[in-house]
Amino acid sequence: MHSILKTSCAAVAALGMAASAAFADGHQLSGDLKITSDMSNPAPRAVMEGLVAGFQEMHPELNIELTVVDREAWKTQIRNALGANPPDVVNWYAANRMGPYVDAGLFEDISDMYANGDLPGLDAVQGALTLDGKQYGVPYTYYQWGVYYREDIFNELGLSEPVTFDEEIANCQVIVDSGRACYAIGTKFLWTAGGWFDYMNMRTNGFDFHMQLARGEVEWTDPRVRETFANWRKLIDMGGFIADHQSYSWQEALNFMIDGEATSYLMGNFAVAAMREAGLTDEQIDFYQFPLIGDYPQGEDAPTDTFHIPSGAENKDNARAFLQYVTSANVQTEINSGDALGQLPINAASGVDADEFLEQGFAMLSTKAQGGVAQFFDRDFPAEMASVGMEGLQEFMVFPDNLDDILARLEEARQRIYQ
Amino acid sequence: MSSVTPTSRSWYKRNEIALTPWLFLLPAMLFFAVYVIIPIGQSFWISFHQWDGLGEKTYLGTANYERLLGIGDQNIDRKFETSFWNNLKWLALYLLAVPAGLFIALFLNQTVRGIRLYKSLFFFPFVISQVVVGLVFSWFYLPREGLLNAILGVFGAGPVNILGDPTLATYGIIAAGLWPQTAYCMILYLTGLNAVDPEQVEAARLDGAKGYKMLWYIILPQLKPATFIAFVVTIIGALRSFDLISVMTNGGPFGSTRVLSFYMFEESLSEFGFRMGYGSAIAVVLFFIMLGFIGYFLYAMWRDEKGAR
Repeated sequence: MHSILKTSCAAVAALGMAASAAFADGHQLSGDLKITSDMSNPAPRAVMEGLVAGFQEMHPELNIELTVVDREAWKTQIRNALGANPPDVVNWYAANRMGPYVDAGLFEDISDMYANGDLPGLDAVQGALTLDGKQYGVPYTYYQWGVYYREDIFNELGLSEPVTFDEEIANCQVIVDSGRACYAIGTKFLWTAGGWFDYMNMRTNGFDFHMQLARGEVEWTDPRVRETFANWRKLIDMGGFIADHQSYSWQEALNFMIDGEATSYLMGNFAVAAMREAGLTDEQIDFYQFPLIGDYPQGEDAPTDTFHIPSGAENKDNARAFLQYVTSANVQTEINSGDALGQLPINAASGVDADEFLEQGFAMLSTKAQGGVAQFFDRDFPAEMASVGMEGLQEFMVFPDNLDDILARLEEARQRIYQ
Repeated sequence: MSSVTPTSRSWYKRNEIALTPWLFLLPAMLFFAVYVIIPIGQSFWISFHQWDGLGEKTYLGTANYERLLGIGDQNIDRKFETSFWNNLKWLALYLLAVPAGLFIALFLNQTVRGIRLYKSLFFFPFVISQVVVGLVFSWFYLPREGLLNAILGVFGAGPVNILGDPTLATYGIIAAGLWPQTAYCMILYLTGLNAVDPEQVEAARLDGAKGYKMLWYIILPQLKPATFIAFVVTIIGALRSFDLISVMTNGGPFGSTRVLSFYMFEESLSEFGFRMGYGSAIAVVLFFIMLGFIGYFLYAMWRDEKGAR
């Protein structure tokens, strides 16, 4: 059964939908498949339901049970869900974020699927699913981070997309002089500050240094880390960020950009949908890669969302077939298109939807991210370090003078966490 | 005695009087043990371990407590320190709900047309969920659009961002908490006022007592049971404050509004919390603080009952 499954799945990848029809005719799966998904926002939910419908069509005999859990709630519920009587497939996030579950042996090791060619086209992304040389899940979507800005205001002020940090600061000065803030940000839930730190640090000290810091190999009180904060502080001191950002969520802070009180937003591509929904047209918004600071190849944040098989699952063969289906080239093209998830497909053989931002992001990640691709502050750093760290970053953005105290605290946490 | 008792009577029949109360108590005791006593013991046990809630536990001895309280060559955990002081602020300021509730109850304790409607309006904040109270107040405090800053603007005072300012945020949340808690104390006092003996009031009036003296010497002593309950629920409410903090600031800005219960949740159960042992140690500390208060109240109650006999 298993080898038949493998060959037919290779056929799916090679021949696309025509082959998958044959696959469906030839080798029906039967039994149960329980999926618990965190894709609870309207568009992702439709995608998830579409995936189940598509898989069901291929395997009419299969009894698929889909449970959609609120995305925020799932971040804490997953622990209970993986414990007793777990589902067969769950959603989660890549890199260190899966560390606690991998260490506890709750995620199934699926290295064999990568090794024997069950998952063609995923070579480029499998690093994010790898811990200690083994793979524990498959990605299904990712998206670029970068600076989204109000093109119309830039034109009005005669500004162009900056390439270097000096140009960024010069731009920002013009924007501040016009009575606006340069950057919208809402740090109430902390992680948005993590995005800023990722970029300031990757640009100031390079991607490799950033990853060393994430692995706990560098002290937080290191002069190179201080340099990152010094660069960041230039933007804070000149009034670059909106006031009172510690009281807003990222969605609430988006209003500043929509009203034109702030001109840009360092965000993930999911912000585009929110901007369009709020009435900004594609002529009013544009995107640029975070400018260069030091002489390092650019590293980029591109968080990856994933599917995993709990090690206690009962229908692992069905679950594996589902992972193959989700990551196959055609399905990837379809679910990441502009009218579905509106993000980037993880399969190399998939097509990127004709969308201004997706095309720019895809080009950036494939040609201008030579330094490497990071997941995000709260996924690259271990959970505890991320939570202590992001709190310190928020404090720094409000009270930059507290830096020494913050760094000492983070260093103390580092020594305790990475033992 | 035993030689006289007919052997036909069963063992249960012979001990019926002694056994029956225990039989009635058994279900309650069983549930209390399973859901309260045993979990407390488990918390103590976990607090001596390092455990991420998923894998194996490692025994640490008292290391969690040493780290929490800064015993030995370590510094005291600053988050714990902040949380502890915030808990004390909650305790002290939350008690304002008791006199405020008394004041409103005295004010509403009159027979006017439609008084029931007014009473229920005053009681309203206690009926709505704490989460809703938190949301409403966080909109009220919004730095730019909030009603508070609009009102301050009328008087020419500058805008304040209460929930974004680490020195003010805790007070802002306590103020939100006082709103429903005052209503709770009010309802306790209103029922208490119903039980005030009109003859004593009459007698005091004949003796010329009125106003403040009437309140202090005649009314308040009769309200003592209500005051006692109001204190107990307010202190327990202050110590277990959690939902308002979670909704209004999520512990922020930079952890300045954490209290012990929130810190415990954050360390062990939240999105990034995998330190079950450390969280349990915080829970144990909180348990002893609460035990201190509750023990005192039980003692006071016992003393009063003994005095009354």
